[in-house]
Amino acid sequence: MKSYLIFLRTNLKKRKVKVDEASLKEFEKIAREVRILTLKSLTRAGSGHTGGSLSAVEILVSLYFKEMNIDVNDPSNPDRDRFVLSKGHGAPALYAVLAKKGFFPESALWTLRKLIPQPESPRGYVPSILQGHPDRKKTPGLEASTGSLGQGLSIGIGMALAGKISKRNYRVYVLMGDGELQEGEIWEAAMSASHFKLDNLCGIVDNNGLQIDGPVSSVMEIQPLADKFRAFGWNVLEIDGHSFKEIFSAFEKARNLKGAPTVIIAKTVKGKGVSIFENKVKYHGVAPTEEELKIALKELGEDAV
Amino acid sequence: MQFRVPREAFGEFLKEIGKDERIVVLTADLASSTRANFFQELYPERFFNVGVAEQNMMGIAAGLSASGFIPIVTTFAIFASGKGWEQIRQSICYGGFNVKIVATHAGITVGEDGATHQGIEDIALMRTIPGMVVLVPADGVETISLLKKAIEYDGPVYMRLPRGETEIVYKDRTPNTDIGKSEVLIEGKDITIGACGVMVPYAIKGASILKEKHGISAEVLNVSSIKPIDKELIIKSVKKTGCMLTVEDHTIYGGMGSAIAEVLSQNFPVPLKIMGVPDEFGVSGKPYDLLKYFGLSETHIAESALNLLKNFKNP
Repeated sequence: MKSYLIFLRTNLKKRKVKVDEASLKEFEKIAREVRILTLKSLTRAGSGHTGGSLSAVEILVSLYFKEMNIDVNDPSNPDRDRFVLSKGHGAPALYAVLAKKGFFPESALWTLRKLIPQPESPRGYVPSILQGHPDRKKTPGLEASTGSLGQGLSIGIGMALAGKISKRNYRVYVLMGDGELQEGEIWEAAMSASHFKLDNLCGIVDNNGLQIDGPVSSVMEIQPLADKFRAFGWNVLEIDGHSFKEIFSAFEKARNLKGAPTVIIAKTVKGKGVSIFENKVKYHGVAPTEEELKIALKELGEDAV
Repeated sequence: MQFRVPREAFGEFLKEIGKDERIVVLTADLASSTRANFFQELYPERFFNVGVAEQNMMGIAAGLSASGFIPIVTTFAIFASGKGWEQIRQSICYGGFNVKIVATHAGITVGEDGATHQGIEDIALMRTIPGMVVLVPADGVETISLLKKAIEYDGPVYMRLPRGETEIVYKDRTPNTDIGKSEVLIEGKDITIGACGVMVPYAIKGASILKEKHGISAEVLNVSSIKPIDKELIIKSVKKTGCMLTVEDHTIYGGMGSAIAEVLSQNFPVPLKIMGVPDEFGVSGKPYDLLKYFGLSETHIAESALNLLKNFKNP
């Protein structure tokens, strides 16, 4: 078993793509496809969180297609890296990434948020494997159930502690929203992550600057964010959350910083990639209409709905 | 060895179960109060004090469980069930994680610390979360017995323990209780008395008063598994006695009495009296004085039983 794991790890490492212009293009293509799947699934669901899904696409694609040591054919390998989507409302983008990665067929995306009629089943319906917010018991590839904000970092800390005491070398990644940082539990967790010296933990803040009720700065200011995390004992990296180059390089730096957890504050644009959604508070919690989807797909280079 | 203080029994259990390397213990600055320090001394590498931060503690427990450990989380009942409620709901139970929450200092019998530290709502709060098991052992012996069952069981469990001493109920035999299984402590035919936790010895004393002073034969049930509740045992008992009294160190809303009322009203309705803390907060005082103040002593139990019999069963 052990030799198999070593083989797997080296194999996974070999698969990691060198970052040249050609491979950057490849990641951009995956990101575009993920946006298309995300928007289609949201429109078919008729509800869901468009803005915060689109702002996280490059981060998610970087994690699942480059940074993380995961194998879709061995999803419960104890040495796998872990990801927790603390901002659970960004689920549609994560589902699209998991589908593209092969955890389940893309067709499952069209069942997002739906009860699926199934007359022969005892209740006449079966739940979708893709719930409105992440349910790890239903969705292959998910590590935690989230949605009520503020809880994912603590779960990630538990996973990172488990890694330390079982002497496994996996890493744990937790993606948080910026509005979510208003939750008190995040700061309880931030305090404990550095106390426990969890250098196997990497937090990422999807800093798109908007929350349901408006700009984060006017609802409840969270700045100076980098100073806050530094004061809580974290390494802080600040990057453009849509630049694959910067994301890759930040993850690499984080891996090499020892003795404390690292947070990557990723400046992003809510609704990124589709002009009619970008930086609009309205699209925090609504799905695109059929009309809006057509415009979006055209911008993303796909015509067929 | 029989422990008169259930949390001492919990501490001793932790020493033993700690040999299992899957066990990790977490507390929020209450290592000595909960007796989690017994584990800390032997297995410091698997012990985590998260400071005064219950929400974070529940989430960390979920994450440890996600990686194959069996976390035992411990703090006071009001902080576990109150401060950590939504983390228990989403991070632990919705996530389907195998976390055991052992909450000490439950009920008004906490005593002098007063209402802020007397968790009288925890059974109600925990019982409403889908899939959560709720256990309230009667004494130190049953505490250890049910802790073993809780560790064997794969899923979230909430166990409620008091602060102070209790009388030993299981002096000369092992408990037959289990998750979903309560038991008859005293057989009787006139009235059923259901109790849990610290109130079990008082229910037994109340039954003695009824027998000695009034010639009434009360059947006493130890309803230590509040969720899942032992429907069959409760229904079987009231089919014989025809009425039921419940008594708990918890608010009368949503606790063991409510759980029993749900069983009776939907299966075999009989006259029922729920005894517990009325719709008010606790106050400071000695535990037994508080039981008298809130009308929960053995004398009150016997009186309530007589009233129930007089008003409903034999009008």
